[in-house]
Formats: sequence, C-alpha cells, structure tokens
Amino acid sequence: MTGPDVPEPLHEVTVSVNGVRHTATVPARRLLSDFLRHDLALTGTHVGCEHGVCGACTILVDGAPMRSCLMFAVQARAHELTTVEGLGTIDAMGPVQQAFSECHGLQCGFCTPGFITTITAYLEENPDPTAEEARDAISGNLCRCTGYQNIVKSVLRAAEIRASADLGAPPLIDADARAGEAPP
Amino acid sequence: MKPAPFVHHAPTTVAEAVEVLRAVGSHGKILAGGQSLIPILSMRLASPEHLIDINGVAGLDRIEVRDDCVRVGALVRHTQLLQDESAYAALPLLRQALVHVAHPAIRNRGTTVGSLAHADAAGELPSVLALTEGVVEAVGPRGSRDIPASAFFVGPLETALAADELAVAVRFGRFPEGTRTGFAESARRSGDYALAGVALAITLQDKVIRSARASFVSVTDVPDVLDLSGAIGSYAAVPDLDAVADAVRAHVSPDTDIHATGDYRRMLVAELTRRLVTELLSR
Ligand SMILES: Cc1cc2nc3c(=O)[nH]c(=O)nc-3n(C[C@H](O)[C@H](O)[C@H](O)COP(=O)(O)OP(=O)(O)OC[C@H]3O[C@@H](n4cnc5c(N)ncnc54)[C@H](O)[C@@H]3O)c2cc1C
Ligand code: FES
Ligand code: FES
Repeated sequence: MTGPDVPEPLHEVTVSVNGVRHTATVPARRLLSDFLRHDLALTGTHVGCEHGVCGACTILVDGAPMRSCLMFAVQARAHELTTVEGLGTIDAMGPVQQAFSECHGLQCGFCTPGFITTITAYLEENPDPTAEEARDAISGNLCRCTGYQNIVKSVLRAAEIRASADLGAPPLIDADARAGEAPP
Repeated sequence: MKPAPFVHHAPTTVAEAVEVLRAVGSHGKILAGGQSLIPILSMRLASPEHLIDINGVAGLDRIEVRDDCVRVGALVRHTQLLQDESAYAALPLLRQALVHVAHPAIRNRGTTVGSLAHADAAGELPSVLALTEGVVEAVGPRGSRDIPASAFFVGPLETALAADELAVAVRFGRFPEGTRTGFAESARRSGDYALAGVALAITLQDKVIRSARASFVSVTDVPDVLDLSGAIGSYAAVPDLDAVADAVRAHVSPDTDIHATGDYRRMLVAELTRRLVTELLSR
C-alpha cells in the first residue's frame, strides 16, 4: 500500500514514438496520453473525455488505432507508437492532413489529431471507401464544432490523394473548388 | 480524473499470474485490454492496490477451432476474433455479434474474454456465451475449473469468478448442423452500447424448425436463453411471429434510463427479434 507518506514507486519507461526512442521515469498509473503530453512534451495528442468515448487521444500502436487514455505508459514499452506528429509536418503534410486542410475538415482542431490517426489507419485497409463507409469509419470520434460533413469529405479526398501519390503523380488540387463541392 | 496509485505486476506465465493473485487476493484486479477497467480507475469508481497486467502472459492469444467449440484465449482482442476466418466458418455468430462491439480503436485493444469477465448486460459477448452454452476456463490458487455460462453470470457486472481467479480462455459451443444464426441490435450511434439487442439460433431440418433459441442485450439483468421453439411453430415457411414477439416481451425486464424507457426497449427488442426470425428463415 502506498499511503500519503510513502513515495509512489517509479518506473523507467522507454518507448518508441514516431521512430524516436524516449525515456522518462513515471508512476505505474501514468496514462499513455499524459505520458506523451506531459513527460515527452508531444502535445499533438489531445485529451478530451479520458474514458475512451471521444477519440481525441487516438494514436497508432504498431499501426493500429487505439485510445492512449486507455493504456498505461508502462504497457507501451514493446510497441511502436505513431502520433499525429509522425504523420506529416507543416511543410510536408500527410495525405489526411492535406485533405483536412483542403476540405475545411477542422475548425478549432481539438478533435483533429484523433481523426487524422484513425483515418490514416482506416485508409491503409480500405483505400477506396464510399461516403457511407467513410461516415462509419469516423463514428468513434467526436467533433463538437466542424460538423461531420466536411470530415467525411476529407476522408474521401484523402483516399484520392493517397491513390494519386501511389501512382507517382503529385496530387493536382484546387483547394477552394474542392472545399465547396457536395459530398459524392 | 486519474487512477489512484497501484502496484503494477507484469507476469509472463499463467503460473506467475496465479502466484500474484494468491499473494494479493481481493486487493488485486486483473488488467486485460483495460477498455472497461481503465475508465473505471480513472473515474475512481475502483482503486485496487494491485493490478495484475496479463498482457505479457505467453500463450493466451490463441484461437482454436475444435469439433464442438471455438476456444478463445484471454488475450485475443475483439478485432483478432472478428477477422479470424476459421472461427467465422465454425461459428458465424461470433463475427455477427462482434461487429457491434464498440469502435475499431476499442476492439483493437479490448479482449473478448475481458468483456465476459466484465459481464456488462449491455455487452454483446455475454449473450453469445449464453446462447452457445459456452464455458469459461478459470485458474486460481485452488486449481482450475470450468464454469458453464448458466452459472457464470451472477448479476449485472458480477460473475462466478473469484477475486483471485484468472479466466484463461472461453469455449463458445458450436451449433448443430442446419443451424442459422444472427444478431440484431439498435444503438443510438454505430459502435455505442445497444438500447436493445438479440442473438438468435434457429435449427432446421428439411424446412421443419427443430429449435429456436434467443438471448438478449441490455434488456435482462443477466444474459439467459429464451427457448422460442414452442412459440415459433414447426414450419419454416410460416413462423408465428406474433407468438415469438409475445414470448420475448414477457421474458425481458428492461430498465428505464436517459436513453430510452423500459417500455420502449421491450417494444424494440420484440420487433428486432421478429425481423431477425424473418431474415434467418428467408436466407
Ligand atoms: C467507448 C467504449 C465503447 C464500448 N462499447 C462497447 C460495446 O458496444 N459493447 C461491448 O460489449 N463492449 C463495449 N466496450 C467495452 C469493451 O468491449 C471492453 O474491451 C470489454 O468490455 C472488456 O475487455 P478488456 O479486455 O478491455 O477488459 P479490462 O477492461 O481489462 O477488464 C474488465 C474487467 O474484467 C476483468 N478481467 C478482464 N480479463 C480477465 C480475465 N482474463 N480473467 C479474470 N478477470 C478479467 C478485469 O479485472 C476487470 O474487472 C466499450 C468500451 C469503450 C471504452
Ligand atoms: S480522451 Fe481518450 S477517448 Fe477521449
Ligand atoms: S474541430 Fe473543434 S471539436 Fe472538432
């Protein structure tokens, strides 16, 4: 039992995030989401509900989307983690980030990191979704301000960008025209 | 909120896990996928002093199809079972139910056995364990034992597992030749816990109904099986849907909460069952 007078035991935790190894010393109860944000200063991962419902904290664990608020940092040791910081930069955006930017898929951006990670993993397995499938794919993530229409459009646009990138051609886009389009 | 302090144990074998369980007794909690337990810890609804994290225990991540059952180890994630083709071929009801469990991000971490140990009446898997007359394999300081579904669920969120027992696997029973199964539920948003749901198995022989059985989600305290063989009649071409719906309404005892009234859930589950009967018999 660790009472108020007994210091809580600490664990040295080394994890691999976006291909870089990081080490910090934390108590066993440190949520992975807090570990990323507070101990590693990787604040791209956002925390909303902290009980698995909103999806804001979703990261990729060995490529599969999982809630970082529903794992402890000490459990992440053997895994390869990818956060939104690992999916592109401001100068070289990933396909999903680029699609969100073109289609006005975000407003305040609070929910966005969880959408980007979720959709990135989804498109790996379903590269050419219908609008209906795209809507289902994002049903585990909550957005309280953009409205989901533009997020669904962003999923479809991201699929296009990925497809054209696979063909080796640079994506040709007219962002303004795209953003105004009705969903297919 | 954040979880209260705990001691993290990471056994790598079942024997080690049992040793820790023996030492910490009722002060410990098993941590599997954490998709139900970690929210409970974060909300401080529970603050166990010890967590026995089984994620590193070897040999618990296997799915095995046998002549009479599909055996699922304690570390098999919902996604792994959902995608397993041989499990689907042997017992389609597993996939039919699992697609309704939460969202992919939760299914990637949550375990099927954990969802039985959690025994939420709103979960899909408890009703599948009941309908397949499955068996939970438990191991603890007093040895190992098999717990049949009918004895496993004691009350809402309560099972026959002792505080120091680990469920190492579950065996979902397979249905006889000629059985058609299905799962239907209604939730407010895809992936949410269902307002009401039903799992159904109808066994046919030459267009004659030999048996029809159902179990339910969110409308009974513990998942149990309703035998509809009498109500449905004998002929697959003309099932007595009104009698089926009456039997379902009489069997369930749904509560009212902010999402729906008990009366609405009773109406809903009777209608879901009626439609599922029609769907299975017209396949
Ligand atoms: C947002 C959200 C939505 C969800 N929606 C659904 C849904 O629609 N349907 C549904 O069925 N579930 C849903 N779940 C729950 C999910 O399916 C969980 O994964 C599952 O209920 C518990 O499995 P787990 O492995 O995560 O168990 P944990 O959370 O690790 O444990 C749950 C409980 O079971 C005990 N336990 C776990 N494994 C064992 C074992 N092997 N032996 C003994 N005791 C054990 C633990 O001690 C704990 O008390 C949802 C969860 C979230 C966060
Ligand atoms: S913060 Fe993890 S799901 Fe909401
Ligand atoms: S962009 Fe504001 S919550 Fe989604």
